Amino acid sequence: MPKSLISIHDFSKEEILHILEVAKDFERDKCRNILGDKVIACIFFEPSTRTRLSFETASNRLGARVIGFSDAGNTSISKGESLKDTIKMVSNYADLIVMRHPLEGSARYASEVSSVPIINAGDGANQHPTQTLLDLYSIQQTQGRLDGLRLNMVGDLKYGRTVHSLLQAMSHFSPEFIFTAPEELRMPKEYLEFLSERNIPYREETELSGNIKDTDILYMTRVQQERFTDPMEYEKVKDVYRLTASMLEGCKPNMKILHPLPRVSEIADDVDETPHAYYFKQAENGVYVRMAIIAYLLGKTNNL
Amino acid sequence: MSKLIDTSLQVSAIKNGTVVDHIPTDKLFKVIEILGLTSCDKQLTFGMNLDSKLYGKKAIIKISDRFFKDDELNKISLIAPYAKINIIRNYEVVEKKVLMLPESITGIAKCANPMCVTNHQRITPKFTVFTDKDSSVMLKCHYCEKVTNLKSAL
Repeated sequence: MPKSLISIHDFSKEEILHILEVAKDFERDKCRNILGDKVIACIFFEPSTRTRLSFETASNRLGARVIGFSDAGNTSISKGESLKDTIKMVSNYADLIVMRHPLEGSARYASEVSSVPIINAGDGANQHPTQTLLDLYSIQQTQGRLDGLRLNMVGDLKYGRTVHSLLQAMSHFSPEFIFTAPEELRMPKEYLEFLSERNIPYREETELSGNIKDTDILYMTRVQQERFTDPMEYEKVKDVYRLTASMLEGCKPNMKILHPLPRVSEIADDVDETPHAYYFKQAENGVYVRMAIIAYLLGKTNNL
Repeated sequence: MSKLIDTSLQVSAIKNGTVVDHIPTDKLFKVIEILGLTSCDKQLTFGMNLDSKLYGKKAIIKISDRFFKDDELNKISLIAPYAKINIIRNYEVVEKKVLMLPESITGIAKCANPMCVTNHQRITPKFTVFTDKDSSVMLKCHYCEKVTNLKSAL
């Protein structure tokens, strides 16, 4: 079975640092024609804008050619083809498969039936490891290091897969966490236990305004209305986690705001103009990190 | 209570075979199922709601002329962790086996996550097995990575 990237746990700390190093190299020199003989399949069983375009850009910048689909509607899947058969077929055409699928665990299963590496571009609410790696890259680029930082994660900490994966990946780097969330969307107990077992300090807060000054990274997420059983509860909390430029007064000069995007109203437009806004650059970083991941899984990063 | 009653057997002895003792009484039929005994052609006797110091009530199964691999027996530990296995030859206990929690299981349990790929495609579910802080047995799905309590997966 070739090496795939399905879950952030599939990469060791050394591999993570290697990817970030290679991504830096690609950011300096964006066009590297090192995969001119490769075909990359981007198969998206559910819609995605940012992730798909980012992977296709990364593949093109490496010189590879891209095949695939962005919607399972007009493929043989709609005729009832099994996931196994689709993957078997595509892995005979392409040298690497980037896949997004609504079912959890689908990417792991695909990696077991595929003869070529699989990159999980999101399997339902489960994993989205390339997002985590680009978050780490953004943290490293803005802070000059990954070790010993304080992160304040804000918003939907219960269902947000990006915060869960980032928390696990950051655990290699002696972080401190602040978790800011409404009662209904608190960080699940299993992740708090994960931190306690590793002696990683954290505190839980329900208010955003008083917990910005001492943080290095403010990781904002979207609070989605559909997560609330009681619509009144949503109305009560939705603006509590809305970040405006005036709230940034007195924060650390190195503090950067990250957001996996899309944002709705949780970051006011006036924040975009502050030196702390980093979310658009963060999305751009996704291209370099995905270039690094693709090149690494195809064995092309040792002699760059 | 006299000694005589204490030592009398509530389920009669077998000459050769396997005895599974100290099964929680409500788990008897699940153990029979896990060991594949519903289609067993050997003599099978069992008792349930027997007195037990450990559980208050217990169940026991005696299977004549049938010996199991450790892997098969260890599956029982998921639901009857304190079960005792005795191997009988010529009415004597010749071996006592200690059950070990298997590190992983394939095909016994079903993932409780409705969005797990194993509940939508023809895939045999696989789990890693571990115990949590309260020593309940937990299963982590190999595919969707969700952790479920064993009770909701069987």
